[in-house]
Amino acid sequence: MLTDTLFFYTFAALVLGGGILTVTRKSAIYSAISLIVSLMGVAGLYLLQDAEFLFVVQIVLYVGGIMVLFLFVIMLVNLDQAARERQYSRQWPVALACVLAVGAQLGWFLYKGAGAFQIASPLPAAASAPGLGNTEMLADVLFSEYLLPFEVASVLLLVAVVGSVIMAKKRV
Amino acid sequence: MYPITTAHYLALSAALLLIGTVGVLTRRNIVIVLMSIELILNAVNINLVAFSHALRNLDGQVFAIFVITDAVAEAAVGLGILIALFRNKETVLADEIDLLKW
Repeated sequence: MLTDTLFFYTFAALVLGGGILTVTRKSAIYSAISLIVSLMGVAGLYLLQDAEFLFVVQIVLYVGGIMVLFLFVIMLVNLDQAARERQYSRQWPVALACVLAVGAQLGWFLYKGAGAFQIASPLPAAASAPGLGNTEMLADVLFSEYLLPFEVASVLLLVAVVGSVIMAKKRV
Repeated sequence: MYPITTAHYLALSAALLLIGTVGVLTRRNIVIVLMSIELILNAVNINLVAFSHALRNLDGQVFAIFVITDAVAEAAVGLGILIALFRNKETVLADEIDLLKW
């Protein structure tokens, strides 16, 4: 239990620290590297919660896929000019005030709801299903109950592939 | 040391959501705005997996997979739009793209 607590706080520090650095760094490359740290922290949290398949998906897809895409675009697009200019928009005080208001609401709900919804009680011990790992159980659910959403997601990916190719083409 | 509860994960997810929202609302560089959207989607995923773990129900993890799929599609199309935009307007700053502004 103690190691779980320790790991949770380590990964939470990675997630939040990486997130804050992503939002505040001037150079887009530093932001991307901090985002990778943050996403790795999220992957660690998945592992803590017995979601092994999502852990692998997070590493392979986010860190290996999306972040490489981001780094490619950062190198393709000339960001030197943008790094020398003002980094924050003029409406930042309003934005910050709105976000703080939402944060206060969320904090209040968490504080009040912790007792009402039993989300503050210790987690039950892992009920180990004999012989079936997380991936097998997930595949079971994904290919029976969620088959239609799964197919729709594949159509969405096809549309995204075609759309991004058309967007990035020189002459349409 | 307190044991880690679902409320801890929800608090972490809320904090990450707020950080991402600050990034979307205040940064001028569109690349970093897109990265902040990824942060927001990850906050959603932490929430889904936390409830999936607490309720011993895999539906939350299935939805997390769908959210990741959407994040991939969003990043691909968003970065494609960004490249097309940079080719035409030579800028990546969000408030310089104001053709529709009166």
